[in-house]
Amino acid sequence: MNTLLAPGDGLRRWWSERSRGQKWIFGVLGFGALALLPLYTPPFLDTPGISFGGTMAQFAMVAIIAVGLNVVVGQAGLLDLGYVGFYAVGAYTVALLTSPDSPWNQVGHGEWFAEDWAWLSCVPIAMAITAISGLILGTPTLRLRGDYLAIVTLGFGEIIRLLADNLSGVTNGPRGLNEVAYPRVGQSAELPEGVFSSGNSSGNANYGTWWFWLGLILIVAILLLVGNLERSRVGRAWVAIREDEDAAEVMGVNTFRFKLWAFVIGAAIGGLSGAMYAGQVQYVAPPTFNIINSMLFLCAVVLGGQGNKLGVIFGAFVIVYLPNRLLGVEVFGINLGDLKYLFFGLALVVLMIFRPQGLFPARQHLLAYANQARRLLGGAERKAPS
Amino acid sequence: MTAALLEATDLTVKFGGLTALDAVSFSIQRGEILGLIGPNGAGKTTCFNAITGVYRPTAGSVVFDGETLGRRKRHQITKLGIARTFQNIRLWGEMTALENVAVGTDARHHTSVPGAIVRSPRHRREEHEAVERSVALLEFVGIAHRSEEKAKNLPYGDQRRLEIARALATGPKLLCLDEPAAGFNPREKAALIELIRNIRDEGYTVLLIEHDMRLVMGVTDRIVVLEFGRKIADGPPDEIREDPAVIAAYLGIPDDQS
Repeated sequence: MNTLLAPGDGLRRWWSERSRGQKWIFGVLGFGALALLPLYTPPFLDTPGISFGGTMAQFAMVAIIAVGLNVVVGQAGLLDLGYVGFYAVGAYTVALLTSPDSPWNQVGHGEWFAEDWAWLSCVPIAMAITAISGLILGTPTLRLRGDYLAIVTLGFGEIIRLLADNLSGVTNGPRGLNEVAYPRVGQSAELPEGVFSSGNSSGNANYGTWWFWLGLILIVAILLLVGNLERSRVGRAWVAIREDEDAAEVMGVNTFRFKLWAFVIGAAIGGLSGAMYAGQVQYVAPPTFNIINSMLFLCAVVLGGQGNKLGVIFGAFVIVYLPNRLLGVEVFGINLGDLKYLFFGLALVVLMIFRPQGLFPARQHLLAYANQARRLLGGAERKAPS
Repeated sequence: MTAALLEATDLTVKFGGLTALDAVSFSIQRGEILGLIGPNGAGKTTCFNAITGVYRPTAGSVVFDGETLGRRKRHQITKLGIARTFQNIRLWGEMTALENVAVGTDARHHTSVPGAIVRSPRHRREEHEAVERSVALLEFVGIAHRSEEKAKNLPYGDQRRLEIARALATGPKLLCLDEPAAGFNPREKAALIELIRNIRDEGYTVLLIEHDMRLVMGVTDRIVVLEFGRKIADGPPDEIREDPAVIAAYLGIPDDQS
């Protein structure tokens, strides 16, 4: 059972043995292959019940969330059960600023945004507002630890959803906000509203595929930036806090400040994903930001391997792809797609028993110049007595 | 005589009704190795925790290098120049030995999230410095050959040495060692005495809590003895060895004399 659940070990060893240049080459090839998947979908991968491009777009959004949540849970070790709240804040920021149903709509003549640029202009605003909400939530609550923090964040997620549900004057309540802005790119005679609009729904390069490609670019950018953080004083502080917070504090780490940073960065990334969601679906309503989705995001991180950036992306793929693949597949008259929570529950139980570190356990690199250390130590090893 | 590096005055720590430390005053001179000894439960570690900010003293004050520690946070006290090791080893197990020490060097660094995201020149300078200093410190304590192993996989003795390297990495003026020889055999103890002397020769001041009398007598310049939270003696090792109060504290007093 242990070896069965550990395909990640061999893969990770192989990956860590590659040089930086080789990693880049394989990384670019891998992402290229991933990007081509919706155009040339292998039959065994295809999702018969639902558009494969749309599934991949959803995967890209959950992958961004998983990377962001991984900063909070995997790196800094802060259990956040209400991460969906940040996703909601991001989505609602875009929707409130661009939906005609919203009293704060800013699209059109004499308003803030031109229609063509509305979505793109809203993305940084959505990220900034979610970052601020992370700051507001984190400042009082990050003095708590462990279970207490988890409970407070759980409450935060629910508060955001209930606000969206009940502030009918602003959020249009359970009816949600329609006609949210999206990028107007690639307009043509057949597609007057561009490739990102839901009007582009036929063929392999449908709007889902285009959103997936946009998501992939964002994922690469986020991975590079988060990687920079990991191999720095910040990443080391996070892991030190995760491993032993008191020892970190005594060794000069300003634990509160770095925990707050982790929260704010995680929130901003969640907000980005929320902004993507609002643009892709063009409709934002409270049920999407259910607490069960928070658990699914956490599930992606735990499944992939807490602390491993690429691992959690794989986790996100499993979380999104499997339910969509099983949609419409019937066994004994039961639609397997309806049983997704049962499967994930079972998967988590099995994982916790046999492989609690996740499919691809983390081995973080926390030094920007580890090779320099190896060179310096090359001299030391020869000197050291055997 | 120059001003003491650390001056503790009437230091008192109470836990509810229990007085763990009762108006203890002592000083640490620059460049000396001060031993803090006493029977079990005498308040040694409490004294240590009060100095390093883990506990807030109920009364009394600690002045370090001209600054009153007062209500400073623990990481601020570290930045002032007090570093410590832990009696029960508290390394970050999933990090390599080198990374553990690098976190120590970060106490003197200033790069935060914006600098690290864009890999600013200061970030790169500090990263180079972190690696160089960490490697040098691992060589100094003698575990450079294990620098890429996870801290939790190091042998016990090397973990103790790694804790010392990590504490030194914070650039302290005063290094506090909490029972660094616990669980060591005589040969390892001899090596540790050597290391502590080397640390002093590098210009650090050392505060040493230790149970092992031979080690304390062999390495310290001066000893403060605590019993039941009170200071009962303060002087060079030779005097302490002869001090009747200390002998009584450790060996007890025959009934007919008390």
